[in-house]
Order: sequence, then structure tokens, then C-alpha cells
Amino acid sequence: MSETINLTLRVWRQKGPRTQGSLETYKAIDISTDMSFLEMLDVVNEELTVDGKEPIAFDHDCREGICGMCGVVVNGRSHGPEKGTTLCQLHMRHFSDGDTIFIEPWRSKAFPVIKDLAVDRGAFDTLIQAGGFVSVNAGGAQDANCLPVPQEDAEKAMDAAACIGCGACVASCPNASAMLFVGAKVSQLALLPQGKPEAAQRALSMVRTMDELGFGNCTNERECEAECPKEISISNIARLNREYFKAGLFSSVM
Amino acid sequence: MNWFTNTLGSSIGKKLMMAITGLCFCGFLVVHLIGNLTLYGGKDFFSAYVEHLHSYGPLVTVAELGLLALAIIHVLTGLTLFFGNLGARPEGYKVNKNAGGRTIGSLTMPYTGILLLAFIVLHLIQLRFVNYDETMTVFQNVSNTLSQPAYVIIYIAAVIVAAIHVSHGFWSAFQTLGANHPKYMPLIQGVGIVFSLVVGIGFGLIPGYILSL
Repeated sequence: MSETINLTLRVWRQKGPRTQGSLETYKAIDISTDMSFLEMLDVVNEELTVDGKEPIAFDHDCREGICGMCGVVVNGRSHGPEKGTTLCQLHMRHFSDGDTIFIEPWRSKAFPVIKDLAVDRGAFDTLIQAGGFVSVNAGGAQDANCLPVPQEDAEKAMDAAACIGCGACVASCPNASAMLFVGAKVSQLALLPQGKPEAAQRALSMVRTMDELGFGNCTNERECEAECPKEISISNIARLNREYFKAGLFSSVM
Repeated sequence: MNWFTNTLGSSIGKKLMMAITGLCFCGFLVVHLIGNLTLYGGKDFFSAYVEHLHSYGPLVTVAELGLLALAIIHVLTGLTLFFGNLGARPEGYKVNKNAGGRTIGSLTMPYTGILLLAFIVLHLIQLRFVNYDETMTVFQNVSNTLSQPAYVIIYIAAVIVAAIHVSHGFWSAFQTLGANHPKYMPLIQGVGIVFSLVVGIGFGLIPGYILSL
């Protein structure tokens, strides 16, 4: 038999992108500590619906920590207080009976609120598009291992590619900077031979687009690395900086 | 040269300018501290250092103009980044909590920077833009200035502020330059902390020594 707890929620409610929002108070009663944070919100929403009220809008999809769709700021922490965890994998056992929980959407000029806790992360899609393509030769499959990749590089590229694009880095950055996201996306290709031909174009284009979209500037606060549910390292930001300087100062890409 | 300004004008480009100018100031702090430490050798030793420094003549002026140029780049770029960052999150959080990445240095970077600028202006007015002659030597001016309690408090506060600024600035500059390496990053961060302590203690003890004379 699992334990149940009662909570007070202070949730950001906002009808639409251009309306004024505010924090509203809700009670979450008899919440099983085995529930995930999203399941707790489901319970609250069911009661709101039964009462004829508008349920709280929040983003979610796979609920197993791999899609990058969920994410809110819980008591000032992106995806809540647990390390390396998405919101859907945050369980209510990490909270105590009687707790008051503040729930706010990601805050960034580049991520406008759509409704309540749901924000528009289309800026990340624009960034990915700015990254462009990777040249892959068509035709018959080439021989295995004809493109040697050191194991270490493959691991690093894989670590960077673990990014699920949830936006927690932007949300937790004191400057709302997207450098960890762009760092991971540039790194996962820059480390591999397949990503080399377009590396300079990719780095320049992604950084310029990042600035245009209204993200802030990185000041090496390291909050992104601490909050990233995939624990992506800021060494990827350093690699992005190297790729950018190489492209901007030494490549022929304008 | 469009490509050059484009590269430096982006967010990473501005950070590059902050890193390079910031590291130059770290170098200046080392030279300045070594110079000031001659105070512990007594009046004659310090005066000999002052005389030796001034014997470089126009080279000193060139160095000063260089420092001025670095300061203008560092301050203007820093302010541009600071205001840009304020604009990147128009609506803030009701609850703010750190995840453990921030330090007191990184948290206060723009503010310690502005305080340092104010102190440097005061410092230059009191010790640089003074007509030195036989009746007013550099040593006399230093000991006169540092025997005013108000200035001693400002001086020590400024030294602490500088140490805090450097504690984040030093390693941060390397990270911005892309020099993040699993073998060397812990060393760079350690050197940054030691350097900020050396700056804080080295400069901070000078008023105490002057007062004890």
C-alpha cells in the first residue's frame, strides 16, 4: 500500500499568449507517492474538469523521459529538484505531505507561453533547420568500418546526441541562453566524419540564428549542465565555441 | 572585413572579446601586484621600483593607452551582454533557485564589474592623475591616501570585489575560448580560485602594512 500526501499547488495560469497570467492555488489531495509529477497534475485536472473548470494545460508525450516534450519549473528548478530527471520521471515520493509547490512555465523571450504551462519551443526547430544538412552518399552500402571513428569520439557524439531538446537549459539559464542546446547539436555532428564537410556552415548559421531568435548570452553559470535531464556537459559549449571561432576566423564560409 | 565584425559581433564573438580582454586584465593584475608588493620592502625599495617603472618613459604611456582600450572593450561589451541578457527573459520566475552551477562570482559578475570600474576611476584620480614632485612622492601619496579610514574601507572592499570578479572570470575566459579539457579544466578552475585569493590577500593587506608603519 503506497503512502498518500496532500499538497498545495501554486500554478501559473495564463489563457493565451497575449493575456496576463497569474499564480493560482489548487489543492492536490490523496496523491500517491508512486505517481509521477504529471500523473499528479492529471489528478488535479480531473477534479478541475469535474468541477467544470478549465484544466491546467501542460506539455507531455512519452512519459518515459525520452521525448523531451514535458517540462515545467518546479519550485524554481527545471524538471524539479532531482538530478538527471525529466518532469515525467520525477516521482511524488520526493515531496512531503503539506508541501507547497510552485509550478511555472519555461521563461524565455524565445519560448513564449501558449497557455498555462505550455510554451512554444518552435525556436529550437528553427535552430535545427539552421543547422542544415549532412552529406551522405547515396548508392550501395559502403564497407563496414571504412570510415574509422575512434570509440571515444563516438561516445562523446552519443553523449551530445542524448539531448532531447526539452528546453530545460534555456529555462534554467539565468540569461535564458540556448548555448547548451546548440553546443550539443553542433557537437554531435562535429565529432564525427559525416558532420565535417558542413561543420563551418553549421556552426555559423546556428549561432547567428540563435542570436536572432532572442536567446540570451552564455556567461558560464553552469546552471544548464546542472539541470539538464540528460546531463549534457558544458564541454559541448566549449566545443561549439571552438567550432565557431574556427568557422568564423579560419574557414572560407562567410 | 565584414566577416571579422560579423564573427566578433555575435553572442560568442562578444564573449571572445570579454575573455581575451579579461585575461589581459588578469595579466595586468599580476604585474600590478608584483609592483605593489615592493611596498613591503620599505620606502626606498618602493621608490626605486617607481623610478624604474617611470624610466620606461613613452612605453608606459603606450601600456596605459593599451589598458584604456582593453577597458573600453571590456566594459562596453560587458554592458551590451548584460542588457541583452535582461531582455532575454522579460517575465521572470516567482521562485528562483540555483541548481548548483552558479557561484557567488558568476552570480554577481556584472555588478562586481561596475563596482570595479567605479573604483578604478577613483583609484586613478587619487594615485595616477597627481602632480608628483619632490614634495609629493608616490610613496607619500600612497601612505597619505591609505591612512584615510574611508579610503581604506573602499580600497579593501574593492579588492574583495576584484577577487570575486576574478574567481569566476578566470576559468570562464578559458571555457569561452574553448579550452575545456578533462585533464586541464580542474587545474584551470583551481588556478582561478588561488589567483583570486592571491589578488585579495596580496592587495588587501597593503593598507594594514601602511598603517603599521
